[in-house]
Amino acid sequence: MERLSSIDELKGLQQEILGATDPNRPRVRICMTGCRAFGAVEVRDAFRKSVSEKGLTGKVDIVETGCHGFCARAPVVAIDPHGFFYQQLSARDVPRIVEETLINGKPVEDLLYKDSPTAQPVSHEKEVPFYREQMKIVLRNCGQIDPTSIEEYIARDGYVAIAKVLSSMSPDAVIEEVVRSGLRGRGGAGFSTGTKWKFARNAKGTTKYLICNADEGDPGAFMDRAVLEGDPHTVLEGMLIAAYAIGAREGYIYVRAEYPIAVTHVKKAVADATALGLLGEKILGTDFSLNIKIKEGAGAFVCGEETALIASIEGRRGMPRPRPPFPAVSGLWGKPTNINNVETFANVPPIIHRGADWYASLGTEKSKGTKIFALAGKINNTGLVEVPMGITLERIIFDVGGGIPGGKKFKAAQTGGPSGGCIPASLLNLPIDYDSLTAAGAIMGSGGLIIMDENTCMVDLAKFFLSFTREESCGKCVPCRMGTKRMLEILQRITEGKGVLEDLDALKELAPMIKDASLCGLGQTAPNPVLTTLNYFYDEYRAHIEEKRCPAGVCKALIRYEIDPKTCTGCSLCRKACPQAAITGKAKEPHALNQSLCIKCGICYSECKFDAIQIH
Amino acid sequence: MTPSIDVSRIDPILQKYTNQAGALIPVLQEVQAVYGYLPEDALKRVGQTLHVPMSRIYGVVTFYAQFYLTPRGQHTIKCCQGTACHVRGGKGVLEALERELKVAPGQTTDDLKFSLETVACVGTCFLAPVMMIGEDYYGKLTPNTAVKAVRKYSPKAKSEEA
Repeated sequence: MERLSSIDELKGLQQEILGATDPNRPRVRICMTGCRAFGAVEVRDAFRKSVSEKGLTGKVDIVETGCHGFCARAPVVAIDPHGFFYQQLSARDVPRIVEETLINGKPVEDLLYKDSPTAQPVSHEKEVPFYREQMKIVLRNCGQIDPTSIEEYIARDGYVAIAKVLSSMSPDAVIEEVVRSGLRGRGGAGFSTGTKWKFARNAKGTTKYLICNADEGDPGAFMDRAVLEGDPHTVLEGMLIAAYAIGAREGYIYVRAEYPIAVTHVKKAVADATALGLLGEKILGTDFSLNIKIKEGAGAFVCGEETALIASIEGRRGMPRPRPPFPAVSGLWGKPTNINNVETFANVPPIIHRGADWYASLGTEKSKGTKIFALAGKINNTGLVEVPMGITLERIIFDVGGGIPGGKKFKAAQTGGPSGGCIPASLLNLPIDYDSLTAAGAIMGSGGLIIMDENTCMVDLAKFFLSFTREESCGKCVPCRMGTKRMLEILQRITEGKGVLEDLDALKELAPMIKDASLCGLGQTAPNPVLTTLNYFYDEYRAHIEEKRCPAGVCKALIRYEIDPKTCTGCSLCRKACPQAAITGKAKEPHALNQSLCIKCGICYSECKFDAIQIH
Repeated sequence: MTPSIDVSRIDPILQKYTNQAGALIPVLQEVQAVYGYLPEDALKRVGQTLHVPMSRIYGVVTFYAQFYLTPRGQHTIKCCQGTACHVRGGKGVLEALERELKVAPGQTTDDLKFSLETVACVGTCFLAPVMMIGEDYYGKLTPNTAVKAVRKYSPKAKSEEA
């Protein structure tokens, strides 16, 4: 394709692409990102084979898309224009879909999603409860388009927002629009994006940098990955608008090396946008220029902190430094620098395209728009969801998320990863916005949402997060380096049944000191999981200390496995699986477990088909 | 145990990055892609060419989880210990792998067949608990299925079934 040298040429290209697209032509959309782990490649190959066998080559588009969100049902496929949604497919199912749907236009009932508890098949994507409750703004193209095709992005109003900016808006007007939209940083802290841009714009100096923070490090969070993999151009367009607003000519995307598909798609997007004249020098024939470089992270959680990220781009150890000066004044190579997260940038094109008033009408008074969450843990519909701000936790978990598997009871939800907190069942009505979450002791964070049931031990969970932050602490400041270590030691003791009640006082004393005195966000938020679990699950801590009991049956030192002779069928699965040969018994007779040999690895528990292994 | 290496293999990389600010980390990433780890002799060459002292190189290499100073096994096992995997029993999976391979996380088996690593999230939480062996995902694991998956890569390993 030829380089576009004016805004009119971009509009012409969009018309040309739309004119050549037949809306009635069948389109098979296959998730080729997360679903790959569950056989999406085989499903795609089966579609190619079957389509060619039926002589449909050239009459059907097989599109490799980004994440559809419903990861629990992987691999998923949606078919347009019918709108049918198929889930948990294998290559074997494909010929029937080609025959029934692509040729006859009918759904294949047994491959559709079944609504629970009615077990009625739901044929259309938009009627599946998981999708029905969502509002897709950032993820509007994810799962819809081929992310490696700039044409498909342009066809869906891609680069329309930057065209609008370049043809009719001053940098100050852009900033004003973003301020008015109420957009707040989606990386976690929730600072006003427009205001942040204003600082960078007003900073002295002619060389300014723009950075996209794609170093998504929270365990259990994969929102930014999905956006980069599924719709990389929307991030580039957001960066273009931001660079125009602050006056930057050079940008960086700092992306986790653990996300190979995201890296590939972003590189392709940058190359394609550059070839079309949407990146590089004199964009769309104007005086505005932006070059974007991609930097792959090298595996350090702390590099999500902006000053640490800058140090890493400069080729140094990724250690944070005190602020001020803020990066807006002195950032990369000492120049004014603006850093936003992937999801923040991805919000910008729709805001400019549809206007600040539209965006500000969504969400709550102080938290506008939508938020993407990565739902995981003990929840039926694990996946990626985009919901309006202000939705209650209950609706996310039970309406979108489909509730807790195995009929278990909801116990707590963790937002914000290791920096966040646990929200208990009593706060299920909590509206999900920046301020309500902070008031509950948690944080919005980047969007990880881990659901826990009655079998999760909250003391063990606090210990889990502390061991993560202690490991990832860069070691520069003492409160974080030593404080997280001391807290972890105390939690370790408690989970081993060696805790005393004074330990809880020590935790409460250490936590605010670490929060107040640490240099960066990592240390300042590291005590949150401990503080919220202490606040909402104090009894569970006391049970570990006073009764030497782990109510959830998790902490090894406080539990023992036993075989219930009444339920045991003597199938011998556990005996064969036990790495310690601690289980004995004859076939078809109840088995016995020798406690002195048992290392509590839990293998017998996970192997038993009859629930005969019990935790005491 | 460190085999001798041909350091000239990294010269094209060093040439590409000459006089580029902030080049150290991408250079180290590319050097590691050549050898599978960062041999000392290669690091010396990096330091001399880019005019970076070894102390700084060592500081950077040991700071980031991605860099290795010792040779890696033929297969890298990344056992996820993220939050979703943790609440679904990821620790039991890791312990089973440690018993099977007789190495701790971060170590490589003596026969250089496997390197065992933990990662804080591979972003496929719907598969929890999950591990990756090379590029392949293994999900919804139990301690036993994890061990079975590893044995597929190591046909000689004897099964200790009674």
